[in-house]
Amino acid sequence: MIRLEHLTKVFGDPQRGVLAVDDVSLELPAGEICVLLGPSGCGKTTTMKMINRLIEPTSGRIFIDGRDTTQTDPIRLRRSIGYVIQQIGLFPNKTVADNICVVPDLLGWDRRKARKRAGELLELVGMAPATFLDRFPKELSGGQQQRVGVLRALAADPPVMLMDEPFGAIDPINREVIQDEFLRMQQTLRKTIIFVSHDLDEAVKMADKIAIFRAGRLEQFASPDELLARPANGFIESFLGSDRALKRLRLVTVADAMVAGHDAVRGDDPLDRAAELIRASGHPGVVAVDAEGRPEGWFSLPDGGGSTASRQPLRATVSTATDLRNAVALMFAHDMPLLPCVDDAGKLAGVLTYRSVVKSLATGAPE
Amino acid sequence: MSEAATRTLQAPGRLAAPAGPASAGQIPPPLTPPHKGEGDFAAAMPRKTVDEWGLAETQPDPPPPCGEGLGVGVNPYAVTLPTRATLPPAFLVWLVIALALAWWLWSSSMPAEILTYWEDITYLAVQHIELVAWSGGLAILVGVPVGIVLSRPALRKVSEAALQIFNLGTTIPTLAILALSMSVLGIGTVPAIFGLWAATLLPIVRNTYTGLRAVPAHLVEAAHGMGMTPAQVLWRVELPNALFVIFGGIRTALAICVGSAPLVFLIGAGGLGELIFTGIALDELPMMLAGAIPTALIAVITDFVVGRLQFHLVPRGINPLR
Repeated sequence: MIRLEHLTKVFGDPQRGVLAVDDVSLELPAGEICVLLGPSGCGKTTTMKMINRLIEPTSGRIFIDGRDTTQTDPIRLRRSIGYVIQQIGLFPNKTVADNICVVPDLLGWDRRKARKRAGELLELVGMAPATFLDRFPKELSGGQQQRVGVLRALAADPPVMLMDEPFGAIDPINREVIQDEFLRMQQTLRKTIIFVSHDLDEAVKMADKIAIFRAGRLEQFASPDELLARPANGFIESFLGSDRALKRLRLVTVADAMVAGHDAVRGDDPLDRAAELIRASGHPGVVAVDAEGRPEGWFSLPDGGGSTASRQPLRATVSTATDLRNAVALMFAHDMPLLPCVDDAGKLAGVLTYRSVVKSLATGAPE
Repeated sequence: MSEAATRTLQAPGRLAAPAGPASAGQIPPPLTPPHKGEGDFAAAMPRKTVDEWGLAETQPDPPPPCGEGLGVGVNPYAVTLPTRATLPPAFLVWLVIALALAWWLWSSSMPAEILTYWEDITYLAVQHIELVAWSGGLAILVGVPVGIVLSRPALRKVSEAALQIFNLGTTIPTLAILALSMSVLGIGTVPAIFGLWAATLLPIVRNTYTGLRAVPAHLVEAAHGMGMTPAQVLWRVELPNALFVIFGGIRTALAICVGSAPLVFLIGAGGLGELIFTGIALDELPMMLAGAIPTALIAVITDFVVGRLQFHLVPRGINPLR
């Protein structure tokens, strides 16, 4: 757990100097990723560097797992915190193995144990240890260097990690890949992570909590969903952009947005029943299911307001675990105002309509 | 109920859809995990093999460590040209020189005349090497630490000014330094070594300082951020990454040192200069060459030895020669 209390940093003269961080307080539970987000020069990197005391705060206190960091020797403190920087900073004079083992070596681990761990870590990101352990950084691609940079921070298994735009220097495709890879690792590692970024999409994807900074002040500290649903002020609203509703789609799963308990028609129901159900539900149609409850088509009423429902081909269904962004994309792509949602067994779990999507975004994040 | 209404859905307008389109429209489990690493990424995105990575993304070698400021505008000798590890072009040059030398040896009485000084040559060459070893060794022992100290952040403001003092050692002609040295320390070995030392110092200090300053700031930051002490940052990160440039300075300095050493004969320290200057004074060409040729050989051998050390001691990851 990380707690910042009234953290303030003034560069230069305390009275007339530059106020870089202004009375920031926040609390991050263990095992969560907190993205510090904001335009450049907003104090997010300074805030991060005060946590491992690369920059000493002017006032205020920082607690890691309840212990005041100023009471710890800064060298020991830094060895217990993983650190990843934007330029990666692999030491070109050391091999990949020696780079990963920097902190274990500093901590005086057994050399062989440390090298073995380096090999295991490389396997974790799909780099063959036999091939890569003895290479030098210049013999790796950018993406591989970035991975090794993250592994180096993980080597001594620190509970807390600081990451300063760790994926900033890679091309967008590789960045997505490495982000996903990192999130997969984080699911089992459960590190408490402070992550500096200026990329809103990255923040929404990676964060459990987002802290938005402006001119040294913490403007809002909330979950990505809550932030997008309820920006605290005009600055945040404009920072998030006018398409913030669309950005939220990624955070909501189909299961949360669908209308559950959809009254479907079966093969042996009378055709009238389809029209009846459509009118009763107010949905643009009704799903037809087979004997096992799997969707196999859907009915809609003609546009002119006729009374006989006509069968439409089933062009798409969506799994309940999918995020709304993909689901809505399917609705648009296949012109399906009614999208059947299926569970793992392929059975109908509910339906997604344009209105249910809008409604789930409008109700906002749970308080 | 009308007839139409009693028609069940099983009738002609059958509900059961053909299986094909339905299953085609079914979306597979998401390719990219929607959030927080859900889903099996490895299954969704087959990993490239090592060879594919290696072939497609091997980066070009980084430029050699920065050597700017190697006494440019201060000392025209202090520019380090990296020598090639593979020899062919240089080898051809040497071959031509060797052939010319062989022809000359064959066709003149000069070699025999030079060899009449053999006893002098061996004695004075040892003296010469001793002078170079002392002054060069002391220059390294002093120059590298001074370069390190000047590169420390606390001294950044005074370091350029301090380097000007060392510039004096090279901009004043070596002969003048020796004269000054003699006027303070008298004649003999000690003032000679001091004079050569002063003339040799700058390239070493300058290259050590420049090499350390050229270590990228983010490497130093990463090292600090991972919990290295300042001494560990210096020994494990800064010095290894500056080593190639530091070695360049030492090579230049030793070449200057060997080349200047004959001058110390003039303040009574002996060395191969004794044969050279006496030979000039007596207009005795063989005697002059008996001093000049061994001097050149010592310079070539010294540079070769330091070059080998540079090649083997500088880690492969940052050594542009390998």
